[in-house]
Formats: sequence, C-alpha cells, structure tokens
Amino acid sequence: MPIVKSLRTIGRRSINAVWRIGYATRFFGMTLFYSGLSFRRFQLTVKEMFSSGVMSLIIILVAGMFVGMVLGLQGYETLKRYGSESALGSLVALSLVRELGPVLAALLFASRAGSAMTAEIGLMKATEQIAAMEMMAVNPIARVVAPRFWAGVISMPLLAALFSAMGVFGGYVVGVVNIGVDEGSFWSQMQASVDFQHDILNGVIKSFVFGLAVTAIALFEGYDAPPTAEGVSGATTRTVVQSSLAILMLDFILTAFMFQGA
Amino acid sequence: MSAPLVEVRDVNFAYDSRPILKGINMSFPKGKLIAIMGGSGCGKTTLFRLIGGAIKPTKGEIRIDGQDMHALDRQGLYEMRRKMGVLFQFGALFTDMSVFDNVAFQMREHTNLPEEVIRDLVMMKLHAVGLRGTHDLMPAELSGGMARRVALARTVALDPMLILYDEPFAGLDPISLTVVGQLIRRLNDALGATSVIVTHDVQESMKIVDYIYFIADGVIVAEGTPEEIRASDKSFVHQFVHGEMDGPVPFHYPGGDYRKDLGVSA
Repeated sequence: MPIVKSLRTIGRRSINAVWRIGYATRFFGMTLFYSGLSFRRFQLTVKEMFSSGVMSLIIILVAGMFVGMVLGLQGYETLKRYGSESALGSLVALSLVRELGPVLAALLFASRAGSAMTAEIGLMKATEQIAAMEMMAVNPIARVVAPRFWAGVISMPLLAALFSAMGVFGGYVVGVVNIGVDEGSFWSQMQASVDFQHDILNGVIKSFVFGLAVTAIALFEGYDAPPTAEGVSGATTRTVVQSSLAILMLDFILTAFMFQGA
Repeated sequence: MSAPLVEVRDVNFAYDSRPILKGINMSFPKGKLIAIMGGSGCGKTTLFRLIGGAIKPTKGEIRIDGQDMHALDRQGLYEMRRKMGVLFQFGALFTDMSVFDNVAFQMREHTNLPEEVIRDLVMMKLHAVGLRGTHDLMPAELSGGMARRVALARTVALDPMLILYDEPFAGLDPISLTVVGQLIRRLNDALGATSVIVTHDVQESMKIVDYIYFIADGVIVAEGTPEEIRASDKSFVHQFVHGEMDGPVPFHYPGGDYRKDLGVSA
C-alpha cells in the first residue's frame, strides 16, 4: 500500500523532527546549566574567543570595508538625484549599524567560525575524544561546548561593531576622499542622525541574538553529527544553511519589533 | 586469590530487541590483567562500555570495588570514573592540545596541584612510556604507536585502580605492539592496578595477561589462564587461537544454493 507507506514515512519524519527539536532544546538547556566553568576558568572561553572571534577578524574587516565602499557609491548615486549628497554619512552609518553590520557579520561568522565549530566537535566525537572526556569524569558539555558557546556569544557583537566601523570608514573613503562629498557634512549628518539607543543599541542586541543562534546551532549540529566523514560534512553544511536562515528570519522579527513605524 | 575488584553478575544486554550479551558472569581479581577476547561483533565492546558505565545492562549488575555501577547517579558515576583509566582504540588524544597538556588534562581538571608539581608528574608519566622528549609535540605529529603510548600515559595520569583497554593493539607495527603490550603489563604491576583488555589479538595478549575470557555470540564460551587456553581442545578456541579460516565460525556467510546463484541448472 503506497499510501500507508508514504503516511508512515511522513509520520516517522515528523516524529524525528519533533524529537530533534526536543533534543536540541535539552542540549541548549544543558549548555546554559553547565556554563559555570566557562566563567570560573575564563581562560577556556578566551581561548575559544581567539579561535572563533580573533581568527574571523580578517574576513569581517575586509568584508566590512567593501560593503561600506559599495554603500558609499550606491548611496551617492541615489542621493545625488534628490540633491542630498550631504546625507551620505547618515545613510552609510544607519544602514550599517541597524542592518548590514549585524546581519552580514553574523552570516560571515556562521560560515567562518560556525562551520569550524561544528566540524571540530563532530570530529572530536568521531575520534572518541568526547567519549574519552566523559570517561575521565569531565563533563564535555561544560568543558568543550559551553566555553565555545559563550565565546561565540561574546565575540559576535564585537565583530559586528568592527564590521560597521570598517564599513563607515569604507563609505568615507569612497564618498569623501574619492567622490568629494563635503567631509564636514558627512560626519555631522551622521552624528545628528544616529541615535545611541535606537540605532546602536538595537544593532548590538541584534548581533547578540544572532551570535546566540549561530553558536547554538553550530554546537548542536557538531555534537549531534553521526561519527563518520559523511556525517560531519553533512552537519557542517546544515550549520551554515540553518544559521543563515535563522539569522535572516530573526532579523526580520527583531526589526519588526525595534523599528516598527519609527 | 585476592578479592575481586570487578564482578559481572548475570549481565544481559540488548539493543532494541536484539540480544548482544546473554548471562555473562565474570570476576576480575585485584592486581590481575584480564583479557576479553572474541571475534568482531561478539559483544566485547558492549561489555567494555557496560563496565565503564557508559550504558546500562538490561539485566544483571556490575560491581566495581563493591559498588553497583548502574545504581550510581551521574555524580557517583563520575566519582567512580576518577578511579578508572580508559584507553580508547586509537588513543582518542585531544587534538587541540599538546602531548603535555593531554597528560596533564585530568590533573588540571580533578586536582588543585600547583603547575610545577603537575609538570613533574607529567614528565614522570611520559618517561614511563619512553616519550618524555615529545611533550611539546601535538598529537598530529606523533606516529600511531607513539600516540597510543601517550594515551597510555594519560590513562594512568591519576594512578587508577582499574584500567580498561579497548583494542590497544589495533593497527600497530610489530615493535610498537610489543612495546605497548609490555607497558600495559608493567604499568599494571607498578600501580598495583587491575587491567581489562578487550582485544582480538591473541598472540600479543597471551604473552602478558593472567586470565582470558572468550566471548562468542554474547556468551562466554571458554575461560582460563593462557596455558589452559593454549591447551584447550574446544573447537572455537582452537580456531580462534590458531586463526583458522573455517570451523565453528564459518567462512561462508549463509546464502542460498550456490549453483542457483550462478544460474547453473541442477
């Protein structure tokens, strides 16, 4: 009976999906519960901040610079039509601080650091390192997962801020140095239009949430990866795909709450 | 014979409804080196995981130092594991840490020893396995045999009372094989520990162990000292010890009529 068979398949997949959501939630809860060590021995978290945050700096800074330069060019082209080139500073800064900084930095972070986290933990599992730790009476969630989680959560807003700063600099280079927009109005318009609480703080909140989502997904996928080459590669792909979708979806939800009608 | 450190009483284990172990009884006396042998898929790794407390038996109990392993909560299990050392099949060294940090790992996690003391202890452990000179290297820079010896040093880092070895001889060259075998024996005697080796390497383990259990299809089919095993006339033991192709463990996986499969009519 093909209908019964396909119904069974749908049922099995649904049960698996629900089970996985439950497992992921439990994993996330355990990570939070066993986070004490990440702060008591903060050097563990700092070490992970180096490998996920500092090592992502180059891609973040270079990408930020180029995005800012493109914003400078495109923004100038559009603003020129309405004779308001002087507002270029505001346009570049607001686009970056509110949206592009947190979102693009998070997407880059997911593909650079998130995928690495998944692959590392997946391989640790495949080579029995996680099991060995468990047998040495050391909780792998506390020792391996939680420090990486907090490292990601702390690094993400810092990386997004650096992305935005480089972007503003890129916009300045193209707009002021290259095209010749008035330097005074570029900076003063920016200063007048960017509000600390409304723009910068909301941007920081966004990148914090993205950091949380990306690291949680990356760590869970790594921990849950089947201990084979194929399993780890599949988990790495899932990390990038799911984190990217999560970032864009969360961005919409957060934007809707933060900037509705403002 | 001294009091047993590990007692396995009527242990049954099944994955879903597929029985893996059926009524296993074993007893490991203190200070002895015990081998659990059997072909691939006979349930010996499952038994290993049961003794380590990684999985629970469906029936029966495993007592270590008088304590029922599976009645312990997570905290109790961790306390027990601190007294145990486990060597995994391929060493399972932490690849993001140097050799030194690998051996120091448990000391840093479980003790408050000052760093100078840890340094001396790590050097002594590495010296015992002949690899003091490698303390700065990363696991990726070691050969398979060296990695296994570093893992051995890490396993005995906290002087465990019970050491479990999962296939310690797998994939080693003849020299490393002898070295690892002799180290297992020496470390066991020096620490006064009890060791359990799960292996299918008959020749190497016969040289070092005190007692052997043979497992096939989830039951103990033979047991005894190496001399008794060598002299055994049981057909399974004979086939296994001498590595014969055919016997109680058949060469051919059960299949249909050969001629039919070849398309030749009878």
